Amino acid sequence: MAKEKITGAMVVRRALEAEGVEYAFGMPGGTILPLYDALFRCERPKTVLIRHEQVGGHAAEGYAHATGKVGVCMGTSGPGATNLVTAIADAYMDSVPLVAITANVSRPLIGTDAFQEADITGITMPITKHNWLVTDPQDLPRVMKEAFYVARTGRPGPVLVDVPKDVLQAEIEWDGYPESVDIPGYHPPVREEPRLKDAALLVRSATRPIIYLGGGIRSADAHSEVLAFAELVGAPVVTTVHGKGAFPETSPQCLGMFGMHGTRYANYAVQNSDLIVALGARFDDRVTGKLSTFAPEAKIVHLDIDPAEISKLVTATVPLVGDVKRLLPQLTEEVRAAFAQHGKPDTSAWWKRVDDWRKKHPLRYEQDGQKYLLPQYVIETLWKKVGAKAIVTTGVGEHQMFAAQWWKTSAPRQFITSGGLGTMGFCLPSAIGIQLGRPGELVIGIDGDGSFQMTLQDLATAVDLELPIKIFVLNNLFLGMVRQWQELFYDRRFAGTPLPDRPNLVKLADAYGCLGLRADTPEQLDQVIDQALANSKGPTIVDVRVRRQEKVFPMVPAGAPLNDMIDGGGD
Amino acid sequence: MERTEEKPNGSTHTISLLVENKPGVLHRIAGLFSRRGYNIASLTVGPTERPEYSRMTIVVRLSSKPVEQVVRQVQKLVPVVEVRELSAHDLIERELMLVKINTPERNHAELRALAETYEATIVDVSPDALVVEASGNAGKLDALEDRLRTFGIQEICRSGRIALERGFKTLAPPNLK
Repeated sequence: MAKEKITGAMVVRRALEAEGVEYAFGMPGGTILPLYDALFRCERPKTVLIRHEQVGGHAAEGYAHATGKVGVCMGTSGPGATNLVTAIADAYMDSVPLVAITANVSRPLIGTDAFQEADITGITMPITKHNWLVTDPQDLPRVMKEAFYVARTGRPGPVLVDVPKDVLQAEIEWDGYPESVDIPGYHPPVREEPRLKDAALLVRSATRPIIYLGGGIRSADAHSEVLAFAELVGAPVVTTVHGKGAFPETSPQCLGMFGMHGTRYANYAVQNSDLIVALGARFDDRVTGKLSTFAPEAKIVHLDIDPAEISKLVTATVPLVGDVKRLLPQLTEEVRAAFAQHGKPDTSAWWKRVDDWRKKHPLRYEQDGQKYLLPQYVIETLWKKVGAKAIVTTGVGEHQMFAAQWWKTSAPRQFITSGGLGTMGFCLPSAIGIQLGRPGELVIGIDGDGSFQMTLQDLATAVDLELPIKIFVLNNLFLGMVRQWQELFYDRRFAGTPLPDRPNLVKLADAYGCLGLRADTPEQLDQVIDQALANSKGPTIVDVRVRRQEKVFPMVPAGAPLNDMIDGGGD
Repeated sequence: MERTEEKPNGSTHTISLLVENKPGVLHRIAGLFSRRGYNIASLTVGPTERPEYSRMTIVVRLSSKPVEQVVRQVQKLVPVVEVRELSAHDLIERELMLVKINTPERNHAELRALAETYEATIVDVSPDALVVEASGNAGKLDALEDRLRTFGIQEICRSGRIALERGFKTLAPPNLK
């Protein structure tokens, strides 16, 4: 029987179908037209028309964060592809599985500076796990299979497949979608035997242990494994911003986020510990502070799936390379055995110190007597109303850190943010992807006025899709986080940070055909939250006017030791 | 991209890579070294016993970062099949050098004698210039270069280091043997 002949564009469609892709976020253009044509009226994957490719990238990230599946975004050649760069870099820093599909100019035009030509594989080499320029149509099924495989396995991350227009148009013999991949240089499994007994012995010997959770717990879906380990060891738990939700923050065992804007008690606990068990984390400078003074007495057990993260910044006493979901239960068993044999170390004195710090240096703010709303109050009020059931996403800036401090997250994939790259404009796009990935759930965006304005054109997309996302813009008419640094470190010279009071967000929402609300006082806040929650017909934008000079505390100044925090109570 | 930096210093390491013979692989590897601040002292690439793979030998100069970190970062690149640091005392290393010398004919005899000492050969002679070809390890070539300097070096071209480990060990991972 003669084999079926299909176009390259149809190969891409069948690959997306085979991978179970629900949504492909993008915007058509000259070179990607054959693919859009192949996806015409396709229900699964459904194309989602965004108004800027960066938004498509972040929406795919939000979808991937919220569901654990691979997100897909598309762009046409040239500017369509380069507009994806920020989102791809963001996904790379935060280990988000993402497949970006770009079209390029036809093969004879590549390298001729053709209209809308950009070397997108060259441009994205440093910010993808891998990328492909498909010049032989017969390679397309294999490349698509490899792309999804590389994106989701090992340490997840973004990949990019660049397909010239004439490859999308070319016909190939369809052999079916490949069932397996064979990439000789790609080894997500590890080769060294993990030293679990050594690690367990360190846990057994520690009297001031800390468990440090990063984004790897979410990637591996290892929450129950973490719970079992933490329960056995009984050590205080601290998290990164991407570790939020890896352990219930409402539990007394959890000290919340540590690092630059972490709690004082979490930072003190880390600095004074004699053992740090780091799980799925990478000792980013935002959590370690000045490296040479980081946790001076602590031995380090570092479990991560990426061998290159081991001893990159902080030397591991015992490295454990592997999948935390698979390895952590083994470590738990080894620790259980060590406890059974040698007894469990007494950590009561340690807990006493930790609790004293917690009592002495709580996170705090004082709304009473304030003329203006405080951002912390806004977030806590919102959290008290919807807390456990909402999925939160944020932009980047002060509002993001306030949210990280005050939004107590207790379940995985409930707190989604741009951590590593710190991409302003992430909130609205990611909310779109999250809501599509988890329909029927409550999606709350906590954004800033600067951050919101970077991607607000895609309110149109959210309205098109009737997504009932609720974006609370904590509006202080400043690029607040930068202003904070200027106030603290640049002698109050507010260069480029004051934002004029425009656009009028209520009118803007109206112009886009969605609900716009505004709150200036605690009473109004209460009311608009209820109104926003009651609106299920589409997006709601809430302009919340907050105190302009409010700063995020405590704070470790960049380059300072982790326990050298300024303001925010105590000392 | 030009990156301004202080004079390179630190220790050198020889790293051997087996990579897929595909377009763009050199770009990926060179880009990684550049963006992570690993100084390449030399880089060679050539075919291997299998046409689908190439072998690279990279001499890297590191001041603060441990070489293991370089190896692990390089290993993450998908087209890199295997990568290892070759230990300095278990290593056969060679480099090729061509030197063009601008010197009057009366010096040629002396040059020939010098070349012979270093197992080098004269591969081109014209009235006022000749070309010396030499191979060996970097130290030997450095020494020869030094001696040739007194004759007036006009142009020099060195290939960069290639290296293999002694004994039966090979770089290919088990699934490729």
